[in-house]
Amino acid sequence: MTFTHLLSAADLSREDAVRILDTAEELLSVASRPIKKLPTLRGRTVVNLFFEDSTRTRISFEAAAKRLSADVINFSAKGSSVSKGESLKDTALTLQAMGADAVVVRHHHSGAPHRLAHAQWTQGAVVNAGDGTHEHPTQALLDAFTMRRHLVGGGAGPLGGKGQSLEGKNITIVGDVLHSRVARSNALLLDTLGAHVTLVAPPTLLPVGVDHWPVQTSYDLDAAMEKSDAVMMLRVQRERMNAAFFPSAREYSRRYGLDVARMNRLPDHAIVMHPGPMNRGMEINADVADSDRSVIVEQVTNGVAVRMAVLYLLLGGAAEEENE
Amino acid sequence: MVAPSGAARPDPVPADARTVLDENDIARALTRITHEILERNRGSADVLLLGIPTRGVHLAHRVARRMSEVEGREITAGSLDVTMYRDDLRLKPARSLEHTEIPDDIDDRVVVLVDDVLYSGRTIRAALDALNELGRPRLVQLAVLVDRGHRELPIRADFVGKNLPTSLAEKVKVTLVETDDVDAVTIVGGAPA
Repeated sequence: MTFTHLLSAADLSREDAVRILDTAEELLSVASRPIKKLPTLRGRTVVNLFFEDSTRTRISFEAAAKRLSADVINFSAKGSSVSKGESLKDTALTLQAMGADAVVVRHHHSGAPHRLAHAQWTQGAVVNAGDGTHEHPTQALLDAFTMRRHLVGGGAGPLGGKGQSLEGKNITIVGDVLHSRVARSNALLLDTLGAHVTLVAPPTLLPVGVDHWPVQTSYDLDAAMEKSDAVMMLRVQRERMNAAFFPSAREYSRRYGLDVARMNRLPDHAIVMHPGPMNRGMEINADVADSDRSVIVEQVTNGVAVRMAVLYLLLGGAAEEENE
Repeated sequence: MVAPSGAARPDPVPADARTVLDENDIARALTRITHEILERNRGSADVLLLGIPTRGVHLAHRVARRMSEVEGREITAGSLDVTMYRDDLRLKPARSLEHTEIPDDIDDRVVVLVDDVLYSGRTIRAALDALNELGRPRLVQLAVLVDRGHRELPIRADFVGKNLPTSLAEKVKVTLVETDDVDAVTIVGGAPA
């Protein structure tokens, strides 16, 4: 392991990323066993520190930690001392005093997990579960995992493309890139894994400096469809739409939404992804979301396996190598 | 040792290595073990072979091949990764996981675990824990190519290719064609024989 925290998809080398995906591949089978539990992290404590609303990510991390037999403490900002004005530092010190071995943090401010990891407030491993509009590395890992199973491993092959990267695959990410931590983490991780990423969005929803990202950009979804191996639709984040980014929802849906006609332009093997939660009828049509090409539900299943892999690799072994 | 990522890797054989079993010895030992397993269990009806990664899996496949010939039906071996059940996980950086593949339901079967070297017995303990969570076998037996002694737990093998008394200073190395280009069991280090 060359990382002690998971803060950004950019921290992962290709070797690290492939190792996480390979580990997740083995852990995926745990879900189909009669006893869905491994004893590996018994006696370790994982704190889910969520300053922002989340259902699937928190549940996914909770399930992952519990399947590895870790003790899980859930902390959400609502109804806690944070609403009384406690700072991130004091919250972190409290968790340290309780003996947290890992802290899974989601925060509305970009960089909060980084601060938590490097300020020496807590000794545990920090896993970024989404910070502001910055990054969401475990989502990128589970997306890459899902892509690898389908595009490299040939569906649910016995090894799911084990040991392999996503070299040469074309991935199209569509929608609100500006506010999307999923898009940023995916762009970085997919580039590390050798895939070509195209971001498709209205000019107003592409972030400043996107020309320095390892991606191509386009304003034309139809043109990008035919060469895509996977197309990922991003949620239009209404809660962050405080300016007129596009004229109307209907126009957005027409130009950047995925409907059946557009989906049919994809190559036969291509898959449709969405990090959830979906706005059906907005960025993705209900018929597309429920079609055979859609792997959206599978992404959730894979999320648990990928998060188990991350927790195992961070907490499962010794902290230092000289303990040999 | 930094946990290796990926498949087993061929190691260079040191100069003081002494070969104790060669290709033919290993073949004969596996054939004998195959027959012993069949004899003890009165055939292969309930037998399920599970190799412990990485070399135990290759040995299990070889035993399965021999068993198929003797019994005249296709017998497949599986693999059982015990990494997550080891008691020394916290002594080393996180290890990579190996593949687990259970070809059949293990409930009420005779599971024969196959490994290359039996040493402290801790790997087998981990394997028994792993099995426990997959089902309830009627009987669990253990087949190893080499038993080198120095047990740290009350575990013994049912089928042994060769008993190899060793000192703790020595290292027993099993190399197999599947991962290391050559079939051999060698002893490295310790006092020369």
